[in-house]
Amino acid sequence: MVEVQEKKVGIISCSGEECVEGTMSRVATRLVLGKLKPNETVTICLPLFLAGGREERDFARDYPTITVDGCDRMCAKTATERYSGKPASSIVVTDILKNWQCPRLGTRRKLNDETLTVTRKVADRIAEEVDEVLRHWV
Amino acid sequence: MKMDSPNQKKVIVIPCSGIGKAFGSIARDATYEVTENLRRDGTQTLCLALLVSGDEESLQLVRNHKCITVDGCPLQCAEKNVKLAGGDLAGSVRVVDVYKENRHLKPRGVTFLDPDGQQMALALAEKIAKQVDNLVVGQ
Repeated sequence: MVEVQEKKVGIISCSGEECVEGTMSRVATRLVLGKLKPNETVTICLPLFLAGGREERDFARDYPTITVDGCDRMCAKTATERYSGKPASSIVVTDILKNWQCPRLGTRRKLNDETLTVTRKVADRIAEEVDEVLRHWV
Repeated sequence: MKMDSPNQKKVIVIPCSGIGKAFGSIARDATYEVTENLRRDGTQTLCLALLVSGDEESLQLVRNHKCITVDGCPLQCAEKNVKLAGGDLAGSVRVVDVYKENRHLKPRGVTFLDPDGQQMALALAEKIAKQVDNLVVGQ
């Protein structure tokens, strides 16, 4: 359930189960929520959002969102656009990996140290986007 | 997405992967335990978000294979979404049922499962594996 009365940014992760990048999207999102921007962000459970969660869809319509997708299928971004509106920002892990060195991705169940380091960088990128969204909040 | 041959019908295990609470992470981890270790030859998982986005390949997969959903909370999004997709829902498992049988475990970690969460995931995986076995026998 999403209950918000102040400036908050919704982070919507795909959490794709089939690939390691889905796990990276999930872990990066959790790191933002729990460590980097705990007071500025909330998350929206994508399966609930997709299942028709009214409060989740209303929140994503009324507040800015950042979608975090593991791959270029971009399920989180597509769903947000379809049900609530254009996200303020959209991040795709596979796109980011093209520009960063991460030679050996871990398994989708457990991220290895190398992948975790890159995942922390993805989290930093999300946090930067959160700052950017808040800076332009009208 | 891995597709199997017709004589090798895999069971599709689909967790909710809810991101807000430990039970969602437990559902996800238990699914990996089943599909990568306990019943790796007879099962696979798929992206729930991709399925619900209307991906044709995912839709065909859940309609043509037995599915077991694994849900972390009473809203049961995985079960609900597989039903909406017209999937062949053959079983449904809830983390809370395993919690009731293991009340001494107090999982708290969401980003990374703590030892109690890992233990609960293994117990849940055993439950899913039994359901898989029942389905394979019934095929």
